[in-house]
Amino acid sequence: MDLGHGKGDRIFGVAVLLGAVAYAAAAMQLRTGFMSDPVGSKTFPLLVAGVCAICGAVMVLKPDADPDWPRARTWGALAVAVGVLVGYAYALKPLGFLIPTAIAAGVLSYQIDARPRYALLAGLGLSLGLFALFRFVLGLGLSALPAGLS
Amino acid sequence: MDILSNLALGFSVALSPWTLMLAILGCFIGTIVGALPGLGPSNGVALLIPITFSMGLDATAALVLLTAVYYGAMYGGRISSILLNIPGDEPAMMTCLDGYPMARNGRAGDALVISGVASFVGALLATIALLLIAPMLARVAYLFGPAEYFALYLLAFSTLGGIASKNQAKAALASAIGLGIAMIGLDNQTGLPRFTGGNLHLFDGVDFLVAIVGLFAVSEVFVFIESHGKNTALGVKLDKVTVPWREIWAVRWTMLRSSALGFVAGVLPGAGASLGSFLTYMMEKSIAGDKGGFGTGVAKGVAAPEAGNNSAAGGALVPMLTLGVPGSGTTAVLLAVLMTLNITPGPTLFADRPEVVWGLIASLLIANFVLLAMNVPLVKVFVKVLTVPPQLLLPGVMMVSFVGIYSLTGSYFDLLLMIGFGAMGWLFRKLDIPTVPVILGILLGNAMEDNLRRAMILSDGDVTFLFSSGISIGLWTAAVLGFVAPLFLRRIIRKPEVPDHALPRD
Repeated sequence: MDLGHGKGDRIFGVAVLLGAVAYAAAAMQLRTGFMSDPVGSKTFPLLVAGVCAICGAVMVLKPDADPDWPRARTWGALAVAVGVLVGYAYALKPLGFLIPTAIAAGVLSYQIDARPRYALLAGLGLSLGLFALFRFVLGLGLSALPAGLS
Repeated sequence: MDILSNLALGFSVALSPWTLMLAILGCFIGTIVGALPGLGPSNGVALLIPITFSMGLDATAALVLLTAVYYGAMYGGRISSILLNIPGDEPAMMTCLDGYPMARNGRAGDALVISGVASFVGALLATIALLLIAPMLARVAYLFGPAEYFALYLLAFSTLGGIASKNQAKAALASAIGLGIAMIGLDNQTGLPRFTGGNLHLFDGVDFLVAIVGLFAVSEVFVFIESHGKNTALGVKLDKVTVPWREIWAVRWTMLRSSALGFVAGVLPGAGASLGSFLTYMMEKSIAGDKGGFGTGVAKGVAAPEAGNNSAAGGALVPMLTLGVPGSGTTAVLLAVLMTLNITPGPTLFADRPEVVWGLIASLLIANFVLLAMNVPLVKVFVKVLTVPPQLLLPGVMMVSFVGIYSLTGSYFDLLLMIGFGAMGWLFRKLDIPTVPVILGILLGNAMEDNLRRAMILSDGDVTFLFSSGISIGLWTAAVLGFVAPLFLRRIIRKPEVPDHALPRD
């Protein structure tokens, strides 16, 4: 996907500028303590916001050449990876280690190299292998399966 | 004599069977991590931190294990440089220039052995220099007050940023983002929440381990998904490995010179091993001149960067242990380990926790010999690691990251935060924004602000107090020069071309 020369830096620079303004606004809202402190809890965050704003402006005005941005399909793959990982984070506690790990590892393996059989084996192998490593070698208290099944 | 008695204390700690076993294990894991393309020392140490803590290791044991991984990864980085022309990490990049041509000329074994011995010489001399210099520097650091510490942190950011990126604005931005993230949580002085958005999970601030694992390990997986694990490098077969004694003897001065220069590069806050390997390669190249044949596969071209980067790795521990300012990306990660273990690096560390510091230094000395033993006769074992396919390795890395962080914090919120940092790391890599200053910012942000506030309280708000001592003026000057100099130096010094498919790492 071609975003044009320096467009990536420019877009990110604008985002940084907006973020810096929001950060500074949040810093202005901070309550001060009762102790006498010439700097207070606002000054340092405001300095940081100022540096961010300057750097963001430099990125907008003097952008670097664009990196090789991924194609739409790869953006989709990355979004799927993030989605799978978020799901994995939520599933790890209620479903235990084995099932979510096999699925997440299998999907990630498939995304790196699209060979379904290999991904299936990688998911199962990693799930069982890592469980054995964590549980029996490192002694971590992981539950293998959902509470109702184990 | 002090040093000898301290070393005796260190060896009494390091030579316990448990610590020794951890050092050997760390060396082994580290070499594997270093050898794998894409997983450098920062990733390796970051990945193992949560696991280490979950195992319930004490401070010394955890530190010994992780620094052995650090040293091991510095050794291992050369293996994929030489055999695949892909540096395992950025400091190993210069080793590609002569190591890969040597391997293509049918001398892969020689290149691996020479670089292994050079790594040993560099790391050993650096560890000896560390044990001689660090206590002295720790005494100087007693002269530091809040104003000096504030300037020192600034120096670390400016030099690290200056070297970590081609674009100063991006390096400064990365530092500022890290500092901004560090402000999240309860204000140290007033106890009032800042930038938490009312989210209770954020009242303790953002755990730097979560940020480290996300920015290094998780983002790596995204990079591989994007590239579909493609690897265009030509692998070189490794035949019989013998020790080329004559050639090793011939490069002795190269190894010694490079160790000295690499150590200095490592000690400079923020400079680190990448600079060490670059400077030493360039130095040897200019000494040898056109007749040296650098770039065609000469032993000096392998020995110089390996001695330099391993020596810099040891040098980088000096500012970390004595001043609490990391000298490189990996030492920033190790600093996080110390802080998580409730150990405050700095001058008082040598007085308060001598068993930790000297146990660590003694373990490093031992680790060097273990690494030499592993990396010369057993190099074929590590070479096998290169055959692990990324579609198995990277999901494994991700799962280890998840379990490590989850077992440490027990919070799914931290896992989500880690994924967020992973996405941020991927984006930053695309935009050539360095990630190490972000970590440094998160790590040092609170201390930097505390010192600024303390300095202002002491001086009743007089800003000139920040420049009131010789040390602070020197540090401010160095910080400004450290930030500005790369702008000019980059025009003068051009890095040699590295392979297109090389994976630059922080």
